[in-house]
Amino acid sequence: MIEQARTHGIDVSALKRGGERRSLASEEACMQVQDMSLYYGEKRALNGISMTIPRQCVTAFIGPSGCGKSTLLRCFNRMNDLIDNVRTEGRILLDGEDIYARGVDVPILRQRVGMVFQKPNPFPKSIFENVAYGLRLKGMNNRRELEEKVEWALNAAALWDEVKDRLHDSAFGLSGGQQQRLVIARAIAIEPEVLLLDEPASALDPISTLKIEELIYELKSDYTIVIVTHNMQQAARVSDYTAFMYMGDLIEYGDTDTLFTKPRKKQTEDYITGRYG
Amino acid sequence: MSNEKTLKTWWKSGSPWVWLNAAAVTLSMIAVIGLLALIAVRGLAHFWAPDVYEFRYEEADGEIVTLYGSIRDTEQVTAARLRQAGMQLDDVESEFVDRHLIKMGNRDQLGSDFRFIVEPRIIERSTPTDIVMVERTEWGDQTGFLREVLENSEVIARGAEAWPEFEQRIARVVELREKINELESDEIGAINYTLEQLRLEERHLELEGELTDARLAELESRRAELDERYQLLLQDLNALYEKINRDSYVMEVQGGIDVELPLARVVRAYQPNAMGFFGKLGFWFEKLWEFVSEEPREANTEGGVFPAIFGTVVMVMLMSVFVTPFGVIAAVYLKEYARQGAVTRIIRIAVNNLAGVPSIVYGVFGLGFFVYFLGGNIDQLFYPEASPSPVFGTPGLLWSSLTLALLTLPVVIVATEEGLSRIPRSLREGSYALGATKAETLWRTVLPMASPAMMTGLILAVARAAGEVAPLMLVGVVKLAPSLPIDGNAPFVHLDRKFMHLGFHIYDVGFQSPNVEAARPLVYATALLLVAIIIILNLAAVRIRNRLREKYRALEN
Repeated sequence: MIEQARTHGIDVSALKRGGERRSLASEEACMQVQDMSLYYGEKRALNGISMTIPRQCVTAFIGPSGCGKSTLLRCFNRMNDLIDNVRTEGRILLDGEDIYARGVDVPILRQRVGMVFQKPNPFPKSIFENVAYGLRLKGMNNRRELEEKVEWALNAAALWDEVKDRLHDSAFGLSGGQQQRLVIARAIAIEPEVLLLDEPASALDPISTLKIEELIYELKSDYTIVIVTHNMQQAARVSDYTAFMYMGDLIEYGDTDTLFTKPRKKQTEDYITGRYG
Repeated sequence: MSNEKTLKTWWKSGSPWVWLNAAAVTLSMIAVIGLLALIAVRGLAHFWAPDVYEFRYEEADGEIVTLYGSIRDTEQVTAARLRQAGMQLDDVESEFVDRHLIKMGNRDQLGSDFRFIVEPRIIERSTPTDIVMVERTEWGDQTGFLREVLENSEVIARGAEAWPEFEQRIARVVELREKINELESDEIGAINYTLEQLRLEERHLELEGELTDARLAELESRRAELDERYQLLLQDLNALYEKINRDSYVMEVQGGIDVELPLARVVRAYQPNAMGFFGKLGFWFEKLWEFVSEEPREANTEGGVFPAIFGTVVMVMLMSVFVTPFGVIAAVYLKEYARQGAVTRIIRIAVNNLAGVPSIVYGVFGLGFFVYFLGGNIDQLFYPEASPSPVFGTPGLLWSSLTLALLTLPVVIVATEEGLSRIPRSLREGSYALGATKAETLWRTVLPMASPAMMTGLILAVARAAGEVAPLMLVGVVKLAPSLPIDGNAPFVHLDRKFMHLGFHIYDVGFQSPNVEAARPLVYATALLLVAIIIILNLAAVRIRNRLREKYRALEN
């Protein structure tokens, strides 16, 4: 199965750490989800999920539409707070502290847990100002500092060479793939610990997708990355650990190779072999 | 059968519907263009100098008179009606005859400037080139033949030489009059203003019980100083008056009467029949410029409408300054912060209905709340020294702007809410995800992006406010304001002053004027000007909106 995924025209073996076996137990925990449930009004969308997100690894959430993977992702930076009628139970620990505890400063939490969305959503500002947005929010106003930081972030997002001559042009002049990398640069400019990617490549063409995937691999050494994807090949290519979700339940969670080659659960196997979903 | 079928297919094809739509659009277009064309033609024709005829005319009683006048209007009336009115029309066979409205001027001699004459009774008409029209500071135009120009009651020029001498001396008079105006309204006006301030200061100190002898002496010395300056200016003024009253002229007017008048009364003189097309065109521009740049004369029926233009524009701008922040803040609360539910729904319905309240009701509210309540209390608290004459407790510019701001508040709120709801959710989330608070997201992303919608609201507000007259009649507009709301006397902007307004000017000139015939073209001209100003204000706002749209065009993606 994994072999099939890898023949997608992209040599993923180069991206992956050379075949070493990994296990969740041996990783340092970055975030811990403890019995997390979420309700949209009366409807229950997450059923008591518990899992550990390892530090400086890529964790992928896969599953059919409506299985709750995006909802779970949005719990990590409390994005669900913005939706009316949402109620949560359980805890999510970031570095051992409950982010749902009373008195948590949500904007600061979101600076620590950055997020990139499915559709590129640059602000109607210049490329420079897009990246500087979060920095300005943090109170950075010195022009020199800002310029350095913006350049660093754009470099980190592998976009600098393409935009360095038009930093002050509108961000809407960029292609979709460039916009998505700009949004990633915007997210990493404020140096979060965790980066949440909600189907970051689903609106992009294959070349742009590849660039994003390479970027994810690069970023892994500095950030803890959680990615939601519809595309199983993508999950197989970029992630170290994969969680399969179905109907609000976490069905199976383990290192990517094992999950894709020797799934323990029938549902997982059915999904990755394309029997439903 | 086949006809019925084609009709049916035609009906089903939807083309009748298309035709109906097209017809509706065409009709609206014709209505708008017709309206603009009518007021444009009638209004702009007012500034043209028509030929002045010398008529030999047989009156109804058979007397033969000489009339000087220009034809202002021609209509057809039935001969029968004229016969009933006692007119001799035995030699007329046709059923209809032309009746002309002619403008004769010379109201001081004849009692009225206009009269009707019927075509068949005109014995002869000619256009003598030396006929002169004189615009005067009072009594309207004078029509006739210039006979003599006098200086200190001695004849300087007579007959043919009189005209160039006359023109030259008018130029001098115009210059002198400008100086007198400047002296009277600017310099002496400023002294009067300062004297009034001093009086108020003294009264204020008196009320506070702080009017010590030293203070009093200081005030007195300042007053004496002003008085001294005033005396000097008065001397200048008297000298100017002496100069301007030096010359006079003699005109032979209708009926062969010679009339001697001081040249100081003359505003402008011209010989319409001697002017060529380009001469008349130049005259047209001159009159048009006078109309938009000068103050009105003679109960608003002559001269310009500059104070009204100024008042309209200042009032609309002040209103924009009040209504935009207020409306935007209200909309932001309603859309972004308030919990959506029955209460917000009721508030929205109320806001929408507020837009339908008749404007005069706002006027009454403005008078009761702003003028009497707010203004009255402000006067009591801050201007006790001015009592019994009110400062803010009387209709004025501030209250007018506030009343109209209230009137246009619903459109700004509705348009802003619309704009806010069109900001994509993804952009807000993008901002939140970077650690922005709700307020930061609003200020940095949402409000800038909604600014074109706010401008749309403002455009609608301006369009409505600039044309509103009824409420203003209660809260601040007057027929003739002695001074502009912005002038050179500190604090420069006088929000408590009454002001003139083009809309009210139309009503006043058209329906309250003692000289309706003379004022009618002015109604059209003023209406045209009002429409032009609203269009200019709107175009300015549209330009700003388009620039903002260009800047934040994310919404289209």
